[in-house]
Amino acid sequence: MTAPLERPRRKNPVLRTRLPTTPPAARSRVALGLTAAAALGRFELQVCRDCGAVQYPPREACHACLSERLDWRAQDGAGELLAETVLHHGLELYYRERVPWRIGTVRLDCGPAVVAHLHGDCPAPPARVRVRACLDRAGQAALFAIPEKDTPSMADDRQLREMTCDPQHRKILVTDGKTALGQALVRAFVAAGAELVWVGHAEPWKRAPGLDALAALPQSTLVPLDLTDARSVENLAAAIGGKVDILVNNAEHHRTFGIEARRGIDAARAEMDVNYFGLLRLAQAFAPALRARGADGAASAAAWVNVLSIFALANFPPHGTYSASKAAAHSAAQCLRAEMRGSGVRVVNVFPGPIDDEWNQLLLPPKLAPGGLANAIVAALRSGVEDVYPGDVAQDWLARWRDNPKALEREVAG
Amino acid sequence: MSASVLSDLVSGLAAGRIRVIDLTRTLAPELPQIVLPPELGQCWPFRIEEVSRYDERGPAWYWNNFSCGEHTGTHFDAPIHWVSGRDLPGNSVDTLPVEHLVAPACVVDCSAEAAADADFLLTVDFLRAWEARHGRIPPRAWVLMRTDWSKRTDPVAYQNFDESGQHTPGPDVEAVKFLVHERDVLGFGSEAIGTDAGQAAHFRPPYPCHYFMHGSGRYGLQCLTNLDRLPPTGAVLICPPLKIRQGSGSPLRVLALVAADAAGV
Amino acid sequence: MTRARRGYEDVVAAVPVTVPYVRFSIRGAHWFIGRALAGLLRDSGLRKEAIDGLCVASFTLAPDTAIGVAQHLGLAPRWLDFVPMGGAAAVIALRRAARAVESGDAEVVACVAGDTNSVDTFRQGTAGFSQFARDAVYPYGSGGPNASFALLTAHYMRAFGARREDFGRLCVAQRANALANPHALFKQPLTLEQYLSARPVAEPLHLFDCVMPCAGAEAFLVMRRSRAEAQGLRCARLLAAIERHNAFAADPIQFRGGWALDRDELYAQAGTAPADMDLVELYDDYPVIVLMQLEDLGFCAKGEAPAFVRSNTFTVDGSLPLNTSGGQLSTGQAGTAGGFLGMVEAIRQLTDQPLGAPVPGAKLGLVSGFGMVTYDRGLSSGAAILARAEAGG
Repeated sequence: MTAPLERPRRKNPVLRTRLPTTPPAARSRVALGLTAAAALGRFELQVCRDCGAVQYPPREACHACLSERLDWRAQDGAGELLAETVLHHGLELYYRERVPWRIGTVRLDCGPAVVAHLHGDCPAPPARVRVRACLDRAGQAALFAIPEKDTPSMADDRQLREMTCDPQHRKILVTDGKTALGQALVRAFVAAGAELVWVGHAEPWKRAPGLDALAALPQSTLVPLDLTDARSVENLAAAIGGKVDILVNNAEHHRTFGIEARRGIDAARAEMDVNYFGLLRLAQAFAPALRARGADGAASAAAWVNVLSIFALANFPPHGTYSASKAAAHSAAQCLRAEMRGSGVRVVNVFPGPIDDEWNQLLLPPKLAPGGLANAIVAALRSGVEDVYPGDVAQDWLARWRDNPKALEREVAG
Repeated sequence: MSASVLSDLVSGLAAGRIRVIDLTRTLAPELPQIVLPPELGQCWPFRIEEVSRYDERGPAWYWNNFSCGEHTGTHFDAPIHWVSGRDLPGNSVDTLPVEHLVAPACVVDCSAEAAADADFLLTVDFLRAWEARHGRIPPRAWVLMRTDWSKRTDPVAYQNFDESGQHTPGPDVEAVKFLVHERDVLGFGSEAIGTDAGQAAHFRPPYPCHYFMHGSGRYGLQCLTNLDRLPPTGAVLICPPLKIRQGSGSPLRVLALVAADAAGV
Repeated sequence: MTRARRGYEDVVAAVPVTVPYVRFSIRGAHWFIGRALAGLLRDSGLRKEAIDGLCVASFTLAPDTAIGVAQHLGLAPRWLDFVPMGGAAAVIALRRAARAVESGDAEVVACVAGDTNSVDTFRQGTAGFSQFARDAVYPYGSGGPNASFALLTAHYMRAFGARREDFGRLCVAQRANALANPHALFKQPLTLEQYLSARPVAEPLHLFDCVMPCAGAEAFLVMRRSRAEAQGLRCARLLAAIERHNAFAADPIQFRGGWALDRDELYAQAGTAPADMDLVELYDDYPVIVLMQLEDLGFCAKGEAPAFVRSNTFTVDGSLPLNTSGGQLSTGQAGTAGGFLGMVEAIRQLTDQPLGAPVPGAKLGLVSGFGMVTYDRGLSSGAAILARAEAGG
């Protein structure tokens, strides 16, 4: 059984911090369908629309009937472990540094046999297991076989932790502790076993309810941080940047205008200044140190979380300029993700529907409770997903957007 | 004669008989700006971004871009700033008479009262008492309200907000009327973030210092510092705002000339 | 009804050539192929212009293929083929060349396999070996075929009761055969104890279960027997040959290869049986594959190879001389030349010109090939039966 992860020992300052390496990232385009599903925490395989055959590895044509009509469909991943091996040698630096490494062959109940990473709690073959699609440190889908039933401390498995960004024992920066979401995030990270949580807050003269209570938590520390002020961001990065393992950028500026309803661009500019330029300032200041610490032991730098909005996918005209700023932030986050790729630090984009806060007062329910959203973010880090669409509204928008983005544009235009 | 006036000024400065005192707060991002309800338009805080610093963005030179509102930091309010002064001639920073930008100042020390009561209001009686000691306020002079508020270096204490809003000292309605109509002042200056008191939104009319001063073509100076180094009378203020077309105000450098034997420090 | 496949009536293989293996080389694959072709000319006495057919196998020629080799080496063949098929390349090359010379499309076909190996060649080659490998195996740390064969070895051991000692017996016997081969990269005797105590590579595979990648080339000529005799060349007759690809795709993990589908035809075509073989050259990238070939080629039933290995000996003087030059496990794996190793050795043994120890009185030899691990298993299998060309026979 997996031993619970001990609190990592303090680093020996005499030893060099090893640079991050990543597993092989090359994939065919068709195989990226697996990654696309894994990014959402789903395990999907291609299923032939004509004969029903399940395909693996991903294919351009059905191996059974040559149909080109292959649809990615969710799989439950149940299967039988047929064989296992423990690798003691690796050609790639990533594995050379991590052997011994356990992998196995699993025959899925849905048909294909797959090679998968093997959780330490999986019994020797033959054994029933569950296969999941995870994102590995290269950000690509990798199949991972876990025991048929959950085991104690299974998240602490050394190999599984390579696929996840568990906040336990990690040091977190939440960029805005003045909002209900920020405060819920801090509490959720503390509950998840974070080593400490830095809580950013701008414009300290504007008193925020609840901030003093956060400051009283032994794990949390208030730090001045104003994303619109490059020097504020740089100063904080200089002070703590080398320690941050997970950065959660929840700071946002939200006004409820379209284009016509607000003369001038001051509100729109303020949104862009926090939501888009703020992300850029944060990334320039904090990303280099995170990148360098992508393999820094059991509590390495692990993730960068952007709290975006489902309105980043398609403009919601009543909050039109806010939507645009979140779309800009989404685009920048894709750039950041590409730039972080070699470090193994995951960029997690969260696309919530409307949060139940002041700026969404006039939106009808359902609205996301800040606490629920915070828990969803922690769960995403634990499971290692990359794109998070928490809540019913986000799921509804995502489904409509994936189905037909033009139709969604017309639907929200009213 | 005309030449000797200026040469006396220059020699007085050179000899230290005239001191130059800086009444300006340093522009920096952490300097608080006025707070309004969030749905209203906001004055930009001071922000600065490096253009280059002897590096690949500019090999031999260092410079920055900055941004801020017209009413950020130590700043000047022109009559056009307020609705009451919107139609006056010469009401914007680019059109106002430049002669007004060098003028004498009277400093009314309310520091003890402000220390005792953050909501302290300067009254006509207080002003008359001051005149009894220092003489009548001359026409076309600045009246500067010394509160030592600028010594509150913690932005939270400086802003002094609670659920009922800001609590900072300022003049009451009658005092403003008195200064404008009975003393013909050039303008009113304060150490706090506005010329009006923190609770002046509840006065009748709201923001009387803005309303009456600007409605009568008078000016405002905010976020001043070092008022404790000025004599009650006799200082000369040099306070030219930036020449912004139709500008309502501007951050500026406020200097005071003070006879050495009268300087407080 | 399917028409019976035509046999090989008058085709021989001759002029076995080996370009000595080196662990690493700064030469390109063209160099090794050029040395092999020069060796064919030297040993055959043929002029270059007499080579009118060329079949090339290589993994490290890129961006060239066989046509680039033709220009590089100044050949003008009227029949050209490129078979980068790894361990199955020699049987495939022989089959195609045989039909070419039978039909008259070519008179003398040079079959050449050569690969170079620099310090990073193996990693690069395995990382991009196939789409499936790149998508579904290499990212898992497989480090080439080690992991795939570890998995199917583990499965084979569990399914059929094989023990590491069984694999060890083969490896030890092959090392004994290799000691007489001057080209073998491994020149030290190997004991079963050393085999068992070697460091693990991918459990249950340990160091001596894995081949060592190296550079080198192997080659032979294919022609009609009359052409060989006119040239005064010693040659071996091709009696039968099979190949099969992607057999038993539904098996969730590999425990058998395509030979099992085609072996009856192989022996019927040759008019022989497994027990007739004086020597067998089985593809040995990992010992478990040798056990599978023993089963699938009919030397014993499925699952009985462990017992077969325990009750036989495999040195040149053993009950079943196997991989008589040492096999890849002892000589090294020179890329696709590894797929030619057994073929060239069989031609040598049947023409009395072995590099190492001869198998006394060898008249019939079986050569088996296996390769192309594009995902989780070897996809290509092939086998050929060669016979000593008795005078006037």
